[in-house]
Amino acid sequence: MRTKHPIIQMLLIGVVASVAGVALALAIDWFPIAASTAAAPIDELYDVLLIVSVPVFVLVMTVALYSVWRFRAKPGDQSDGAPIHGNTLLEVVWVTIPTIMVSALAVYGAIVLEEIERPAANAMEVEVTGQQFAWSFEYPDTPGGEPVQSNELVLPLGQQVHFQIKALDVLHSFWVPAFRLKSDAVPGITTEYRVTPTKEGRFDVVCAELCGLGHTTMRQVATVLPPAEFEGWLAEQAKQSEPAADDTMPASATDEEEAQ
Amino acid sequence: MTFAAKLKGPGWYRALLSVPLSLAFSTALVVGVRALYGWDPLFDGEAITTVALIAMPLAFLVGIGCFDYWFYWAAGKPTRDEDHSGHGAKTWKDYFRVNTDHKVIGIQYIVTTFVFFTIGGLLAMLIRAELAAPGTQFVDPNTYNGLFSVHASLMIFLFIIPVFAGIANYVIPLMIGAPDMAFPRLNALSYWMLPMAGIMMVASFFAPGGAFATGWTAYAPLSTEVPLGQQFFTIGVQFAGASSIATALNFLVTIITMRAPGMTFFRMPLLVWANFTTSLLVVIATPFIAGSQFFVLFDRALGMNFFNSANGGDVIMYQHIFWFYSHPAVYIMMLPGFGIISEVISANARKPVFGYRMMAFSLCAIVVLGFTVWAHHMFVSGMSAWLRVPMMITTMLIAIPTGIKIFSWLATLWRGVIHLTTPMLFALGFITMFTLGGISGVMLAVIPVDIHVSDTYFIVAHIHYVLFGGSVFTIFAGLYFWFPKMTGRMYDERLGRMHFWLSFVFFNLTFGPMHLVGVDGMPRRVADYAAEFATWNAVISVSAFIFGMSYLLFLYNMITSWRNGPKAAANPWRAHTLEWQVSSPPPLFNFDEIPTIVGGPYEYGVPGAVHGVFKKPEPVAAASGGKE
Ligand SMILES: [Cu+2]
Ligand SMILES: [Cu+2]
Repeated sequence: MRTKHPIIQMLLIGVVASVAGVALALAIDWFPIAASTAAAPIDELYDVLLIVSVPVFVLVMTVALYSVWRFRAKPGDQSDGAPIHGNTLLEVVWVTIPTIMVSALAVYGAIVLEEIERPAANAMEVEVTGQQFAWSFEYPDTPGGEPVQSNELVLPLGQQVHFQIKALDVLHSFWVPAFRLKSDAVPGITTEYRVTPTKEGRFDVVCAELCGLGHTTMRQVATVLPPAEFEGWLAEQAKQSEPAADDTMPASATDEEEAQ
Repeated sequence: MTFAAKLKGPGWYRALLSVPLSLAFSTALVVGVRALYGWDPLFDGEAITTVALIAMPLAFLVGIGCFDYWFYWAAGKPTRDEDHSGHGAKTWKDYFRVNTDHKVIGIQYIVTTFVFFTIGGLLAMLIRAELAAPGTQFVDPNTYNGLFSVHASLMIFLFIIPVFAGIANYVIPLMIGAPDMAFPRLNALSYWMLPMAGIMMVASFFAPGGAFATGWTAYAPLSTEVPLGQQFFTIGVQFAGASSIATALNFLVTIITMRAPGMTFFRMPLLVWANFTTSLLVVIATPFIAGSQFFVLFDRALGMNFFNSANGGDVIMYQHIFWFYSHPAVYIMMLPGFGIISEVISANARKPVFGYRMMAFSLCAIVVLGFTVWAHHMFVSGMSAWLRVPMMITTMLIAIPTGIKIFSWLATLWRGVIHLTTPMLFALGFITMFTLGGISGVMLAVIPVDIHVSDTYFIVAHIHYVLFGGSVFTIFAGLYFWFPKMTGRMYDERLGRMHFWLSFVFFNLTFGPMHLVGVDGMPRRVADYAAEFATWNAVISVSAFIFGMSYLLFLYNMITSWRNGPKAAANPWRAHTLEWQVSSPPPLFNFDEIPTIVGGPYEYGVPGAVHGVFKKPEPVAAASGGKE
């Protein structure tokens, strides 16, 4: 009768350990501060992956540890185990269930991907340029029509931003952990992604791709402002770059800016 | 022998003479060409070093005698009968010359790769010392970038890949009942190319501008612009790659043509299957990394523009070529370990491997699928966006054959008679950590998660769970398992268990928290980090130091047991495969009597079952009549 019990025993241990494991995994504060619309779906996806993964790990550990405990050789035992060569049903089961699981997760992942990359009609363009070892930014659509250059990244709250990313020398990777998104900056091509900030504040901009000596220190700050303050900042920037702009584009630009 | 004769014959004297000669030749070649073109300056140190990095190892290989027989043959001289004088080892000196015995070569491989493992480990300790606290401790950023680049390159190209070739070199011919590998001289050449690559990579620390500092991935165009040290990687990889391709061809031919009578493919031990499939991967994939590094070399040395976007080069192409090798390379570093685990678990659980055929088929499935997933390393690279979802799907599908293997090992444990020997402990530890590495692998395959965690410490955690908790634990399992066969002596079981528990616990304390700091926003490959990560990094560094120290137990155990451990029996594990049916260590040509295979390799618990029978030369007729 002892032979019937193992499966039930293991099932009980497995369920208890899975519940405890999931609780522990979710109790951990994994993520940095969330400051974009992409953060919630990505964090949720990560949590779901944890919830699915813990029972898989618990299953493997339960069977392994239980076997070691239950079937461990007594000292001096020279006998062999049961000559079991396989079990077709079992093998079908452990091909089918993982197939269903990973397929479901792949579909879920693709849906989240579509969600975080969906373009909005009124997206604001920002050009990001990486070079050893700093980021610089350009805002092509300003009220004055004159592009604004900036060494700091300032974004309006609640407005989708379309980053167009370039590199002048080697690979870099433009990452704002609080937004959860990154893309490499690649010499010769323009890469892109979209972010809608959901929180005011200052967030780290990190270079995530090894780019040489100063890679470690290639960090800047992204500031998210309420839309009105952002407009003010942009106008201010346009004014500051005015003397340079004056040579090519006189008068009219300045007027419009002052009207704002 | 006169000194002149010593210089003429193959060996260290001739090798040590030919190396400086090749340096002189390289200098003359560069100066001559530059003079012809009228370039200034005539002495270009970088150009001379580049040519010398190719010429000096080749000269050494010629000098030590890797090519003598082939030169002799190619020159059309009369055939020399093979006297087997280059075969086998009577003294320790025979391990330091070109030797054609697969058992000697296997040990040459294993010892050499462990030398580089030790160096790579020391570099890891330096990395953790620098990262123990925020701010700069004792290395500047350039040195730091060199530390992790050389660490990773040594561990991958000079340890995991070749140590598996070493173990397989020793074990495979014995397992299939062959007297040696199919091409013993090629085998010797494969081995001798390896130290060339390793010495080159370590020597890069002495290059002006420091060691190569672009990671083991050497992404262009950074790798085409950094100082000379990069060349030591670019060229070193060619020697390691050539070594690995030649060995893989050797394994393929050996396994296909030299199996003992009666050993059908489905009677082969799973380690043989594992090396067969690994060799397929190596032969198909390795030329791609060779290509990628040649392109970098051409850009650097010859002013070509493969990766110079200003002149029409394509930066992303580098990554596609590189990962078309380097993803399959993950399986090159994993499948042999799968084979080892099957041997260790079946012998120590006293049970047939569960679902033997599915175990073999899943290896083949991994080979095929392994070539369809490379771009999962490039989800944020700016490559064609549509490629991401298909690569996510194929990547996740690999979890299925991998899952088959894990579940089958578990089922092999079930109702076994489990002996918790050191190799078995490492096998069980492997299952634990490889499962975790597989799980984080599936997480990484999911594109939105990967977008956030790529290039963070989550990746560092994942790769170490797969390559250390996975591959290196299988290597330890295998070395403890075959140590009695290779040395004829037994290792110290108590020290072995201590080694396991210390490394298991502190491995997890080192690499477990890296998942957390990675998701929390700490990028990889940085010499400094934000203050919020300080606590975890201190924990990681302390754990890493203890983890590093646990390796000393292994070294001590191996060295002292090899010198004066108790004599080992021929078959201490009561295993069924052929290598255990001959003496420890085996005779010079492995089998004094040719084995005939009459059943599967793991028929534990089947009454009267044997894998192979040895026929005595005389009573052949009677014995075989009775058996068949
Ligand atoms: Cu960088
Ligand atoms: Cu991969």
